[in-house]
Amino acid sequence: MITKLNHVSIFVLNQDSAYEFYVNKLGFKVHTDAPMGPRMRWLTVCPPEQPDLEITLMPIEDGMMFKDGAAEQMRELVKKGTFGFGVFECNDLNATYEELKLKGVVFKKPPSKEFYGYEALFIDDSGNWFSLGHKK
Amino acid sequence: MEENYPKLYLYKRIVHAKLFIDIHFSEDIDLNNIADEACFSKFHFIRLFKTIYGKTPHQYLTRVRIENSKELLQNETSVTETCLNVGFDSISSFTALFKKYTKLCPSEYQQQFERRKEQITNTPLQFIPNCFAEQKGWNTE
Repeated sequence: MITKLNHVSIFVLNQDSAYEFYVNKLGFKVHTDAPMGPRMRWLTVCPPEQPDLEITLMPIEDGMMFKDGAAEQMRELVKKGTFGFGVFECNDLNATYEELKLKGVVFKKPPSKEFYGYEALFIDDSGNWFSLGHKK
Repeated sequence: MEENYPKLYLYKRIVHAKLFIDIHFSEDIDLNNIADEACFSKFHFIRLFKTIYGKTPHQYLTRVRIENSKELLQNETSVTETCLNVGFDSISSFTALFKKYTKLCPSEYQQQFERRKEQITNTPLQFIPNCFAEQKGWNTE
């Protein structure tokens, strides 16, 4: 029986810039930051109130994961905003929207009432988009 | 949009007050001043802040100080220096609040973090799921 999700990957164009975005703008906590050799780093972050879900900030680089030009294709797709990687939750959508906008986070959609709830869409520094909602 | 204007305006003022705490947490912050700057009565300010963030401004300030103290402790700052740098007046109140939020004394937290850091440096693969390590070519043993 599967009981929980403990790792999920977000493919990013640049790990340092992703660190700046997820930690300093979104306020996520660094879970594991392990240097793995020259220009290689295992970096996971987690939302402040969800310390057991590690979000791996996975750089898109040529190698065993991306072979035969796949890295370049993937980078282009990420840049174009092809991928929506998840839904984040906050205490209050209007307040979080105002705060993140002040911090320079780009929103594709401001808080809007939809038939399924109240949501906004923002994009990370690579081009990945996320839904942001609250339970109120 | 127009009918939402007063509410959005209130949000902006509360968000600015929250960001003020985020930046000035290490100073001797007077929450009355923050309420004044946000153009609210103290009572109204506390009520709105709690509605939005689930904590009173004072509880939020304490939380911010504790979170920042963790970062200083992670960077090998002494407990005394950390206490003063994040705006607490006394070691005893800092230690008590730190323990309340983290279940550890500041020195225990620092030691625990140092041990984990050492483990990450010496045996990083213990912290990386094998499937990813293999894909990255790190699992070569």
